[in-house]
Amino acid sequence: MKTLGGEEKPDTKLAELLKLLGLDSNRDIELEDVELDIGEIVLDPSVLSSAALKAITPSRMKAVAPPTLKPTTILEAPFTPFIQEYPGKIREVTLGATKSKGGSRKPVTIGGATTPAFYLFEKAPPNPPVISVDVFDMKVTLPKAIRTQVEDVWEDTAAWAKRAVNKWGAKVLTLHLLSTDPLIKDTSPADAVKTVEEVLQAVDVPLIIGGCGDPKKDAAVFTKVAEMAEGERVLLSSVTLDMDEAGVLEGVTKAAAKHGHLVLGFTALDLNRAKELNRKIADYLPEGDILMDLTTAALGYGLEYSFTIHERARMAALMGDTELQHPVLSGTTNAWAAREAWLNLGPEWEPRSLRGPLWETVTALSLLLAGIDLFMMMHPDAIRTMKQVIQQLMTRGKAKPEKIANWVNAKI
Amino acid sequence: MTERQIKRGIKELSPIDVYMLLPRTNCKECGETNCMAFAAKLVNREVSLEQCPPLLKKENEKAYNQLQEILAPVIKEITIGTGEHAVKIGGKLVMYRHEFTYHNPVPIALDVTDEMPLHARFSGEEAIVDRVKKVENFLYNYIGRDLKLDMINIRSTSNDPTTFKKAVEEVTKTTNLPLILCTFDPSVMEAGLIAASGRKPLIYAATKDNWKEMADLALMYSCPLAIFAPNDLNLLRSLAKTLIEYGIKDLVLDPGTFPNEGVSDTLNNFTMVRRNACKGGDELLGFPLIGTPITAWVGEKDSKEMLAWKEAYVASMLMSRYADVLIMRSLDGWVQLPTVIWRFNIYTDPRKPVSVDAQLYAFGKPDEMSPVMLTTNYALTYFTVESDLKSFGGDYYLIVVDTEGISVESAVAGRYLTAEKIAEAVKSSGVAEKVKHKYLILPGMAARLSGETEDELNNVGLSGWRVIVGPRDSSGIAKLLKEKWPPKEGEEE
Repeated sequence: MKTLGGEEKPDTKLAELLKLLGLDSNRDIELEDVELDIGEIVLDPSVLSSAALKAITPSRMKAVAPPTLKPTTILEAPFTPFIQEYPGKIREVTLGATKSKGGSRKPVTIGGATTPAFYLFEKAPPNPPVISVDVFDMKVTLPKAIRTQVEDVWEDTAAWAKRAVNKWGAKVLTLHLLSTDPLIKDTSPADAVKTVEEVLQAVDVPLIIGGCGDPKKDAAVFTKVAEMAEGERVLLSSVTLDMDEAGVLEGVTKAAAKHGHLVLGFTALDLNRAKELNRKIADYLPEGDILMDLTTAALGYGLEYSFTIHERARMAALMGDTELQHPVLSGTTNAWAAREAWLNLGPEWEPRSLRGPLWETVTALSLLLAGIDLFMMMHPDAIRTMKQVIQQLMTRGKAKPEKIANWVNAKI
Repeated sequence: MTERQIKRGIKELSPIDVYMLLPRTNCKECGETNCMAFAAKLVNREVSLEQCPPLLKKENEKAYNQLQEILAPVIKEITIGTGEHAVKIGGKLVMYRHEFTYHNPVPIALDVTDEMPLHARFSGEEAIVDRVKKVENFLYNYIGRDLKLDMINIRSTSNDPTTFKKAVEEVTKTTNLPLILCTFDPSVMEAGLIAASGRKPLIYAATKDNWKEMADLALMYSCPLAIFAPNDLNLLRSLAKTLIEYGIKDLVLDPGTFPNEGVSDTLNNFTMVRRNACKGGDELLGFPLIGTPITAWVGEKDSKEMLAWKEAYVASMLMSRYADVLIMRSLDGWVQLPTVIWRFNIYTDPRKPVSVDAQLYAFGKPDEMSPVMLTTNYALTYFTVESDLKSFGGDYYLIVVDTEGISVESAVAGRYLTAEKIAEAVKSSGVAEKVKHKYLILPGMAARLSGETEDELNNVGLSGWRVIVGPRDSSGIAKLLKEKWPPKEGEEE
């Protein structure tokens, strides 16, 4: 119910109407739902001629009443959220397997979303997004802000893995087998298997196995690792359409299927190629064991492409595109590829010890809101913030209006 | 709901619908070849109705009004400030960036209070003037574009009209930046409005208690008015309705920015409001949203760095989730840099290609002894290198290799940039016929390809070509050239 009228003088047309209705213009009148076209108000035709009705009803009624009728109290207009129906759903995927399921991990389940990211007013996500911490199998070039956190362990992969789990609370680890790169150290698949074994023994979280990017070498390494890590449900990161061209995709995905692992399909900011790759992987592996990496570009270095392709992919998946209904992973550590994350830009942009991790944080949070389910991250401060924000985003109703009600008076 | 429900979304608006309402004289006065071409540009928001002179004639008034109606953004565009210093906020046509380009990049308003000293009384004290100057002087050059801060938020912590008036006077004397006047007390607000006369500041804010007085001020001083209804969308919508009926045309909505445990409600509220406007046809909510990451500083006892950190990431999340203007406290470079870059990024045209043409580019006036460099065709890689080369000055050749729009590091890792591809690109660029030397500068990120590349160059008939490994970041090119160019014969890399 709304209250109209009062001290303001109504315009003549309305006054005419009120008079016709037998109402005094100085008296408050109550109208039901004035937001609607006035034509919908039930008026007795015997009281009101159709000509008079026409005169007071503009052809297209605005939501706004004539400005001369200034309200004196708040007009109630309750909020009802616009809720959308989504026929599709993101698949739920579990990384790692317990002893009873043939592995030795503390498993982590991701995916299962039925709405865009954190639309809690529609439905809360069944699983929080998860952060996997990056570990390398050799000393690598790292920005100073990260290097200082790991340089005492970076020649001992198992120790590095333990640091990530015990000190930073990693629930998943990504072990990058960078040394297998034919252009770096070209270590053998057997060496890689040994490293993976060491890390599996050192920690009990699920593993993501990162390759070097060479399609043939990665296929060889992944196949051996899959065999050794039988039943552990590791995620092989990643398989590509280049592997298909090189004729090695089938072998890797079959090995993953045979030994109970998951596969990450990587494509470069192209949803059609992502769908094509997913179809090819699904020829050999159950759809529920596939994740997607659509490419993460750093803030300032193309993050908007990643953000938008993930929003598009998620919306398409929810609207029913089954080829895109896989959980998505972001290589968020890529944030450090942007020079603004690490370059000396002069004193006004310091300290880099904050600027760098903030860069990774903002990259991660932007993609969190675009629907990422699994993040690969590096800096402990960025990881801490992400975990905290994810936890805060999982539930609603905790805002305390009194906390900011008088922020304009706050002495900061 | 109202007519906006039947107004079709931008995606469905076809140039034909627009064309049918145009004069269809094909007079070319707009500069287009015909009315259909003009219609297509109208739909893409590349031209405005006012560029069609016949449409502005009296007899076409009805069509003009109809066109205005169907082309109106779903989120009203509101101007704060006047003349060349005005900023526009809102004006959004869509909810999601992939639907259409976002318009009007989020202005960032930096906070000053009326209890800050007008001028510093001792060395190191931050006075209003100093802070305003710092805001004005903030500048970061990003791929050739100047990124800046935009507005001043003047906030009354004194709650005293005279004090507020003085502060506003001081700010208006110091800067032309657009203003937000920030107090819930109408008498304090009026003092500020008098001091800011002719500046058309945003009035922040009308609440459930003061809305009538604030509305009167907004009407009297012709200023846009913000509504503050923390975590109460019923109140927000009711106040919007009330104020519209009161005669206010330019509203800005604040459902409250809650850092910490309220961040979920904050993002859900912003999202619900924007979605109701964009997808639900709710006209009462078709106004710009204001976010206040500054609340990260309110009532918290953390260190200054922690609070600034929180403010920064809350700001970035609000920009991703529909804020059209932000009020912030921290002026630290490390806080504002990710904020202004993310803003720049998400307000670019999403149809903008991710790659540039793979070909030979010349910078300055390169001659036969100019350095030959190479990079990939990822747009951001190219623009970064381009902006560095331009800022160094000098003459260069730059070969851009087609890596399917992938940056150097990822392209090397993913085999999109290989020695074979490099050799092929150098050969087909024809650069070997343009220079006398035989040196190719490779990006440092591709260092491991250098040996192979020399072999491959030889294989494609470029015998004797040598590779110089450049810096990992193109900002180091000037230093490299200073030390190593022109190369001495027989120098080992």
